[in-house]
Amino acid sequence: MSLWPRSFVLSCGVPLFGAVVSVSLAIGGEIPLSERMSGYDFMSRGTQAMQDDDSANPAMLSVLDGEALWNAADGATSKSCADCHGDARLSMKGVAARYPAIDRAGSRPVDIATRVNICRAEQQKANPLPLEGKKLLAISSYIGLQSRGMPIGVAIDEGTRPFLQSGREMFFQRQGQLNLSCAQCHDDNWGQKLSGAPIPQGHPTGYPLYRLEWQSLGSIQRRLRNCLIGMRAEPYPYGAQEYVVLELYLMWRARGMKMESPAVRP
Amino acid sequence: MARALINVPASAKRGEVMEIKTLISHPMEPGYRTNSTGEILPRDTINLFVCTYNGEEIFRAELSPAIAANPFIAFSTVATASGKLEFKWTGDNGFSATESVAITVE
Repeated sequence: MSLWPRSFVLSCGVPLFGAVVSVSLAIGGEIPLSERMSGYDFMSRGTQAMQDDDSANPAMLSVLDGEALWNAADGATSKSCADCHGDARLSMKGVAARYPAIDRAGSRPVDIATRVNICRAEQQKANPLPLEGKKLLAISSYIGLQSRGMPIGVAIDEGTRPFLQSGREMFFQRQGQLNLSCAQCHDDNWGQKLSGAPIPQGHPTGYPLYRLEWQSLGSIQRRLRNCLIGMRAEPYPYGAQEYVVLELYLMWRARGMKMESPAVRP
Repeated sequence: MARALINVPASAKRGEVMEIKTLISHPMEPGYRTNSTGEILPRDTINLFVCTYNGEEIFRAELSPAIAANPFIAFSTVATASGKLEFKWTGDNGFSATESVAITVE
């Protein structure tokens, strides 16, 4: 496998100084935009039907919990999410499609779950909800639902570019005892089988999502943890910046694809 | 509190076969798994689901520990009269949840 995507090699006719800074990001992924497929497209018809029907999608049970939490007062200020943000169906429309986003205070990318906890600390004066816990996943899924059908589009600017670049490096970095990179499966071998299951392209279109294997809702961090354990690398703890940076790159890689949150996956 | 989702057509023609879909949040812990310290996780499942249509039982399912979390149960019935469909799930540790849906039959 060549170190650089084919499109990059072909574009080397253009002055290289531009390439170093932006072109490496601007062309990036090895999968041509027109050939990208959601994990949905690799699922059986039965599992697709589960996602298509909101009364069969178990993630919608968490969405109901999330809606209740959105409207529930919490913390020392006794404020609810709705007190500031109003109707989530309007105020949260498209939000999940552009996350992770740079946090104004910390100048680092944060995902939806961390964003909720920042709001809890600053506005509600409430304790942070445990990462990967039922409540935080429920709120995240309720926020995610408001972006369903909308195109993914994380910000590409001075703020995100260094993080996109390091996320991209992580994606191509071989790691673990099996010495695998994300790209080796999800760029080079998507559509092939791994232990009898199809290898998807790895586009995070539907998080948080209900995985039948987990029998519960989970975030992209849980999914990435799975992958890391699979390549026998040591997984990062939940909330680690590495996950967020990788998620940022994956969202960029999936730019323009439609949000499916909360999705169902096998 | 257990969350449930019920999908029943709001109205149906008399004699029409209508599909009823139910989904409820429940861990369905089978009682054979162990936690990280090796202790058995006690069984916690839904054991029985019953649907009544204007008071008359039209569907019953006995659930076993092999059934996955958040059981999805779909079945069909013939629309006979306007009224109420009631759903009841009961299980271990005193678990009980009920839902009801109104239906108009023309």
